Amino acid sequence: MTETTTQQTALVELDGVSKFYGNIKALEDVSLLVNAGEITCVLGDNGAGKSTLIKIISGLHQHDAGTFRIEGEETTLTKPREALDKGIATVYQDLAVVPLMPVWRNFFLGSEPTKGAGPLKRLDVQQMRETTRAELLRMGIDLRDVDQPIGTLSGGERQCVAIARAVHFGAKVLVLDEPTAALGVKQSGVVLKYVAAARDQGLGVVLITHNPHHAHLVGDRFVLLKRGAMFGSYTKDEITLDELTRQMAGGSELEELSHELQRAQVLPGELPDAS
Amino acid sequence: MSTAAAPADERLIKASPLRRFLGRPELGSVVGAIAVFIFFSIVADNFLQLSSLSTVLYAASTIGIMAVPVALLMIGGEFDLSAGVLVTSSALISSMFSYQMTANVWVGVFVSLLVTLAIGAFNGFMLTRTKLPSFIITLGTFLMLTGLNLGFTKLISGTVSTKSISNMQGFDSAKELFASQLTIGSVNLKVTILWWAALIVVATWILLRTKAGNWIFAVGGNADAARAVGVPVVKTRIGLYMGVAFAAWISGQHLLFSYDVVQSGEGVGNELTYIIAAVIGGCLITGGYGSAVGSAVGAFIFGMTSKGIVYAEWNPDWFKFFLGAMLLLATLLNAWVRKRAEASR
Repeated sequence: MTETTTQQTALVELDGVSKFYGNIKALEDVSLLVNAGEITCVLGDNGAGKSTLIKIISGLHQHDAGTFRIEGEETTLTKPREALDKGIATVYQDLAVVPLMPVWRNFFLGSEPTKGAGPLKRLDVQQMRETTRAELLRMGIDLRDVDQPIGTLSGGERQCVAIARAVHFGAKVLVLDEPTAALGVKQSGVVLKYVAAARDQGLGVVLITHNPHHAHLVGDRFVLLKRGAMFGSYTKDEITLDELTRQMAGGSELEELSHELQRAQVLPGELPDAS
Repeated sequence: MSTAAAPADERLIKASPLRRFLGRPELGSVVGAIAVFIFFSIVADNFLQLSSLSTVLYAASTIGIMAVPVALLMIGGEFDLSAGVLVTSSALISSMFSYQMTANVWVGVFVSLLVTLAIGAFNGFMLTRTKLPSFIITLGTFLMLTGLNLGFTKLISGTVSTKSISNMQGFDSAKELFASQLTIGSVNLKVTILWWAALIVVATWILLRTKAGNWIFAVGGNADAARAVGVPVVKTRIGLYMGVAFAAWISGQHLLFSYDVVQSGEGVGNELTYIIAAVIGGCLITGGYGSAVGSAVGAFIFGMTSKGIVYAEWNPDWFKFFLGAMLLLATLLNAWVRKRAEASR
């Protein structure tokens, strides 16, 4: 456990947080710290409790035990809107975009700027289009056409639009749910670049992933989850990539697995002799 | 934040107006409408006369008034199977309330508006609360309203139709608003055409230029995503059902004031007509895509087909066959065009 005493107040701090669904422990005694300008990675295999953790931070679910502090103030978020208002923006795996709608409509969905009054109150379409284009450019995304349906963009581009949207709407904390899960190597690199860009703009980032390579590239802190419990928490200088990979794969379990795989490799070689 | 005008991107080939038109949801229906128009112009002698066209427009408007909000609802990802009988309910309420309370018909008209909107809100509320498919919820409302229409009418007036209210106070002014006829030159135009046009304009404005419109597309396209970014999904859905109810009220009042009496069994089956008009007009049955103008073109195809068959002196039994073929063709054309339009980007 690392209990680094920071001068600044952490943007988000979980301390011994647990969540139960009926008699199922989805999350038990998890602590996590997110500072401005830092990336905190949450690593874990499927079913480790990563999604539950996100849901608590983004206000979809409420924690049952422990404390949840936002900028030093203890809180329980009751709905996603509340999290957004406190500056916590979550980019989900499905990205929360509407595929058939144009990029600019998606960019402002839920927070559309208007002009005019009364029955003539209308969307400020020109501003929406130009802001979308400018904000994406600022993140280094040069989009051909903001009018194209967002569903026609590549997975990486969509991820970047979602991140740019969160940054534009004044997020202080960005929660990213497996942003590189479905992407190829090159696309993953592009997305990680934008994650780093968001960090450099002073945001605190929570990066959920099961890829230790991606995590170690950009992360400042690492929290490892396994079967709903925390089994490791490190800062970057405390852990190497190899160690992180080994821990992620379950340490001794990995050794067992490699042993099994080695035996399996020998088998095909033996077959021709047998025939 | 810089909002400087972005220069045109050199990678974008300037989209020709034709290509932009090909990307519109209404395209399939417009092509269909032109085909149907040419077809009946050839086979029906009187079809091209102005009086025939005004008859066609009138037939289209009675469907179109309902097809507009039904299209919006479909873009929002839901159905309303109770829309057809709700029109009858609205007319019955207004007629019987006026007659029984011996009040001015305007009181009945106003009460009918409130009750009809409440039924719409009920549909939306039940849908968002129970999270059951709208098909089931509105099928329930459809059956209940069908029963209530017949039951109440028999209970109150003793027959299956209401008493005439034509000599009551306020009837003439209400008829002026809901069922009058305007004569322009030698052509008689029913006032429903104006109602229809107004609804198309308002609905198009809402869809393309307001927050609510953005929300309707989002709720139909991906409700979970919409909720996650703070769109009031429940309010949007209830609003859409109340929109259908509002149009049902207009249609119901037109029904009442053009015939003085209302048959309580009417309206069954019309809900499908509205849905078909919306689908022919390019609304995606799964939600998230479509337009109000498209639904109007769909309704116009309906009007042309139903009256065209009469002008061609064919047996009107063939109408349904034409309709089914049209629906299939339009939907196929829409799907094909959308694929082409998206591939060409």
